Amino acid sequence: MTSSRAAWLFAAPALTVIVVFFLLPVAAAFVLSFTDFDLYALADIRNLRFVGLENYTQLLSNPLFWKALGNTAWFVVLGVPLSIAASLAAALLIHSKLARAPGIFRTAYFAPVVTTLVAVAVVWRYIFHARYGLLNYLLDGLGIDPVDWLGDPRWSMPSIVILAVWKNFGYNMIIFVAALQSIPQDLYEAARIDGSSSWQELRHVTLPMLKPTFALVGILTIAGYFQLFAEPYVMTEGGPLQSTVSVLYFMYNEGFKWWNLGSASAVAFVLFVIILVVTVIPVRLARQEPGR
Amino acid sequence: MKSWLATAVINGVLVAAAIITLFPLLWMLSVSFMPDGMSSVFPPPLVPENPTLANYRELFAQQRMGRYFLNSLLVATVATLFSLLLNGMAGYAFAKLRFAGREHLTRLLLAGLLIPAQVTMIPLFGLMKALGLVNSYAAVIVPATASIFGIFLVRQYALSIPDELIDAARVDGASETRIFRSIVAPLLAPILVTLGIFTFLATWNDFMWPLIVLSDRELQTLPVALAGMAREYVQDSELMMAGSVITILPVLVLFLALQRHYIQGILMGSVKG
Repeated sequence: MTSSRAAWLFAAPALTVIVVFFLLPVAAAFVLSFTDFDLYALADIRNLRFVGLENYTQLLSNPLFWKALGNTAWFVVLGVPLSIAASLAAALLIHSKLARAPGIFRTAYFAPVVTTLVAVAVVWRYIFHARYGLLNYLLDGLGIDPVDWLGDPRWSMPSIVILAVWKNFGYNMIIFVAALQSIPQDLYEAARIDGSSSWQELRHVTLPMLKPTFALVGILTIAGYFQLFAEPYVMTEGGPLQSTVSVLYFMYNEGFKWWNLGSASAVAFVLFVIILVVTVIPVRLARQEPGR
Repeated sequence: MKSWLATAVINGVLVAAAIITLFPLLWMLSVSFMPDGMSSVFPPPLVPENPTLANYRELFAQQRMGRYFLNSLLVATVATLFSLLLNGMAGYAFAKLRFAGREHLTRLLLAGLLIPAQVTMIPLFGLMKALGLVNSYAAVIVPATASIFGIFLVRQYALSIPDELIDAARVDGASETRIFRSIVAPLLAPILVTLGIFTFLATWNDFMWPLIVLSDRELQTLPVALAGMAREYVQDSELMMAGSVITILPVLVLFLALQRHYIQGILMGSVKG
């Protein structure tokens, strides 16, 4: 057996699965987004008809789709900076020379990352409970009036953001800690000789050195947060007043509640393009910067 | 700032943040031992007065939690075993064996990393329907048996295996399969542990695809069943907390046991190679 033949034999099973169950479906989703794919076509593919851009034009004239886009964008705009700030703060604390037992804190902060999203959404739904919830109890102690966290359309999405920050900050924290450890010590020594304070060190040494990490973490987090689904499904069912209907929640209902699978494919593609645009463009910009 | 004061402040903040982070999980555990209705008062009690296992008993006796648990365990275990074999072989091939089109394939797969899995779900449902696999374990397991991420994780690690080792075995007349089994696989063990935890956690925690493809309650995994119960028993917080504990505990224990490998995986995965 030649090495080349062996290579194909070794790679073939995994590649087959990826092609059949991932890459071909991506291509199929694109094609299906131009069809009236529904229950009839699901039963017999001969019922499938091409409808051109109809799914897309109907989406663009559907107020709920725009609402879902807006809600998702609001979740990303609010959630991504808060998450990254929390991750960076936790990483700086753990990385500090003064921290005792940083390993234990790292484990504690990371624990929510591995938990099951559906289960912690159930837990947080209870914490957010308007009458018996822990959060309102704490606010009560501070003399603040109770908030109807998940029942008030102004607070429903911020509540989901709180859950998301809590659940995810440990992940990026790990990446930040590794980046902090790789900053050469002599940069700090040089800064100290110049008489900089710790604050100046943070601003003029640490943060600039973390720039590539910010880009990486930003892309991963933005792409992840656009895929909001389980939180509204479990905590709010998209409500109140459709304030937590996300793009994927809309796609799920469109596809698997109303069986408008062609239209749902169009939703999936719009989401894909949006994620691509908001994550690839910053990378391109960052690459151009040194040449400026 | 005096250094003892700085030490106190930093460690104080670390402790406070740890309490805030762990509190929801500890509270979940505490409420799961409360008798029905005890948690629906104001102010919410922190610990159960008379701890009880009634919620767990109800979950296993009346809500078929045991069945969901076994479904999750089966799906995650089988997917993990296949993923280790398939991604392990492919990752090694991409790192160490020359074949025509390798560079093109590598680039194609890297581009595929950008595609969110949800894009595939509608055609995938149609495909599963055509294969007669809707409402079967296979519908959840098969797509999880290989992943671009898994191949690259193994590939990156396998690049560090010295070529001389493989060539020497070839000179000795060992077959390619034998080389993989007795030389490469043991060297890949650490990264396979990492890949194993990643796959197990991802399949165990996965929600959207199993929700779509497993409507038969007999086959549902824990997250899907729990989400269904959460919609049905909105007021029964104690029961829901017990259900969450059962869902979270296995993955949390697995992570605590193997966290070094898991964290290494994050760091390797975030450095594109």
